[in-house]
Amino acid sequence: MSDKDKTNDNNNRNGKNGNGEHYDPGRRRFIKNTGILAGGVVGGSILGGLLTNQFQKEPEQVQTETDLQDARMFFDRREDFNVLSAATERLFPKDDIGPGAIELGVPYFIDKQLNSSWGWNAKNYMKGPFVQNNYVRDYEKKDRDQSKQGPHTDVLPEVPTPRYQTRLNRGEIMLLGIRTMDQVSQDRYQSSFDKLEGEQQDEILTAFENGEIEMAGVGSETFFNLLLQLTIEGAFADPLYGGNKNMMGWKMKEYPGPRAAYIGDIESEDFIVMEQKSLKDYQS
Amino acid sequence: MVRKLDKVDVVVVGTGWAGGIISAELGKAGYKVVALERGEEKSTKDYIGVKDELRFTNRFEMMQDLSLETITSRNTLDETALPVRTKHELGVGNDLGGGSVHWAGATYRFLPYDFEIYSKTVERYGKKKIPDGMMLQDWGITYDELEPYYDRFEKTAGISGEQDPNPNAPKHSSDYPNPPTKETPNLKLFKEAARKLGYHPMQVPSGNVTQNYENPDGQTINQCVYCAFCTQYGCDFGAKSDPIVTVIPAARKTGNVEFRTQSYVRRVLHKNGKATGVMYVDMVTGQEYEQPADVVVLAAFTFTNNRLLMLSDIGKQYDPNTRTGVIGRNYNGQFNITFLGARGFFNDKKFNLYMGAGALGATFTDLTGDNFDHTDLDFLHGGGVELRQYGDGAIASNKVPKGTPRWGPEFKEKSIYYANRNLVVWYTPAVMPWWHNYTDLDPTYTDVFNDPLLRATFKYTDQDRNIAKFGIEKCREVVEEMGADIVDDDEIPEEFDHVYQGGHYAGGVIMGSDPSTSAVNNYLQMWDMDNLFVVGASAFPHFSNHHPTATVGALGYRAAEGIEKYLKNGGGSLAKSHEQKDKKII
Repeated sequence: MSDKDKTNDNNNRNGKNGNGEHYDPGRRRFIKNTGILAGGVVGGSILGGLLTNQFQKEPEQVQTETDLQDARMFFDRREDFNVLSAATERLFPKDDIGPGAIELGVPYFIDKQLNSSWGWNAKNYMKGPFVQNNYVRDYEKKDRDQSKQGPHTDVLPEVPTPRYQTRLNRGEIMLLGIRTMDQVSQDRYQSSFDKLEGEQQDEILTAFENGEIEMAGVGSETFFNLLLQLTIEGAFADPLYGGNKNMMGWKMKEYPGPRAAYIGDIESEDFIVMEQKSLKDYQS
Repeated sequence: MVRKLDKVDVVVVGTGWAGGIISAELGKAGYKVVALERGEEKSTKDYIGVKDELRFTNRFEMMQDLSLETITSRNTLDETALPVRTKHELGVGNDLGGGSVHWAGATYRFLPYDFEIYSKTVERYGKKKIPDGMMLQDWGITYDELEPYYDRFEKTAGISGEQDPNPNAPKHSSDYPNPPTKETPNLKLFKEAARKLGYHPMQVPSGNVTQNYENPDGQTINQCVYCAFCTQYGCDFGAKSDPIVTVIPAARKTGNVEFRTQSYVRRVLHKNGKATGVMYVDMVTGQEYEQPADVVVLAAFTFTNNRLLMLSDIGKQYDPNTRTGVIGRNYNGQFNITFLGARGFFNDKKFNLYMGAGALGATFTDLTGDNFDHTDLDFLHGGGVELRQYGDGAIASNKVPKGTPRWGPEFKEKSIYYANRNLVVWYTPAVMPWWHNYTDLDPTYTDVFNDPLLRATFKYTDQDRNIAKFGIEKCREVVEEMGADIVDDDEIPEEFDHVYQGGHYAGGVIMGSDPSTSAVNNYLQMWDMDNLFVVGASAFPHFSNHHPTATVGALGYRAAEGIEKYLKNGGGSLAKSHEQKDKKII
């Protein structure tokens, strides 16, 4: 709300008006499939305002202080972390819109989240008895699509969260899931998960998503949903958590990050693109 | 060893709107009050500069620590209830100010129809219109009787709004103290569409206050700047109407009220039909205390009000098999079958969805209550139709058209493309009470002190499914009129999913005029214990088709007046029961 902030907004607002753009996802897929066009400038013209300047060239890999946080604090085995990284990249891949999960730091974000009070389920009810009967298993297979849900779900991530009835905490579920995924990969393809072709990885991920894989203590879909939730969060949470590197997730969405005030802009008929600012900027 | 403290006039459990209002009013009247809060001491300082979506929206920073206590939940009487274990599934406000700090701010009054719902339904449609097993009952108070308390609450909270242009809207004795929120392009679009369809749209009455405002207690609420970090956050600017900027400082100013935080109340103590005080645990030291008082007020969240009465063995527990007893009766609330509607995706329009405020929105009330004829409809009551602009976070804004995969390249492309190009219009239906929906104590699961958890039993009925279907159809018409390229209808869930995110849970300690079907009278005074008042949404016999806060606030003022009367009179019941009235007539 300070003058400084206002000035920045004015400087950085390019007055881009999102109205009037045309989008046809079907056409885009068709073009892609025929292989006539590949990304870059032409993709930009189709997607219009999605591609702001920063994505017309590769984001520079700047060695910043932030990168010093890219070390493991939860996944002790490098092999586990590699499987996790490969899985997140399939869920949120790099493409001509922008970076994928790995470039966004999602695997390190997940690693940090799992070594936190949330990863340990510290503020959850973890008293027994834990009922793992058919009733619960069946229940867990029901998707909970948040967009079909009740009040305030608009502000929840769009990932299903089945009813939690396992004695495992989130860190334990993730570790078990990652290792089970690698085991399935070894059984099916005699290779570790991260070395598979993308389509093979997708096939295994889908099997987990559909609850087809046996896991002790928890349904495989519960693990998958947790993995997906963490991947989306890692792409778009404030960079202070180790993901959303250089606010690249926010840039893709034209999301500005925390701002003091929109009172001067909120009635604007035009879509306003602002330069991204993080919580670090906001608090300093 | 329980340590006994000095007696005070009034002890209040809970510091949200209900507890805050009662503490302030009794403090102003000169009574010594102790208000107990299980959570931590908080002030606006705690909410400055913490705009962190992951922490507040996704990790539910402001919600109750479930490792201490949760509820168990089941759909039907023959099931084993299971604990609701994670904050993703249960979000109940905690800390000073309670749920009233993280609320969105939508501040609707309930309708005249609500308070006399049984009589008015029978009068218009006959008794046969009420399905067997629907425990519809009048509230023991009329809209006109409650109106002055609504008015007081709106002035304390600085509610910002405009007169409802719907000719059937309830009458207000005065205008809202502040002008309505700003009309953004998406709200305009909604209103134009609604008008074309013959409705009467308006801005949602808002607790996000639209100008610097000094309330009648002399407390100042700042102007809302639409920063978007609102629902599920404390306000960065002291611009959301909440107890920590209004009634709590007003109470402190009197010098008569002490707010004691990290004080976990475990029992209401009573002897010979009178409450003598409460027993609580200091969560810092573990020391147990007895706080004696002349009047005990339970003003906690619905679940806690219910559970404390059950743990303290006060009032007769409701039994669904015999449909007798009152504590736990008419448990109700807005779950995942409410707030359904239609989402529009716009290929050629972008909206500044990252800007917003909790109660920034547009609505119309033409389809609320009994404002439309239900003769040929297969449900009772209605709902508001709303478009809100909360201010989307980047993690949350992943809305994609139906049929889009949940992950992978197509999901990424569409979720990013539509992040600022989708609007949802939803219906906010009322929820009726049923004989099989109730609360009691769980036979298996216990809290951190090994006391039984509250068990909630709740399932949907045809009423819920039919009203949801009606609402979705109406919302779709609006979204189509708004010109969306793709319109996706929400799907009606088969059954309640045991997810308690939204805070609209009510009943169990309901108000009325007959002690055999209600726990408290229209001053929120227990029929069975005249110095115990139980205040909050726990008193709602059914859930109206609007957000609950204004009614909780109004009942808070009503109860405060009752408690003052009670203390002045030196005791006694403040309302005649229905049975007694009948005798008089005879």
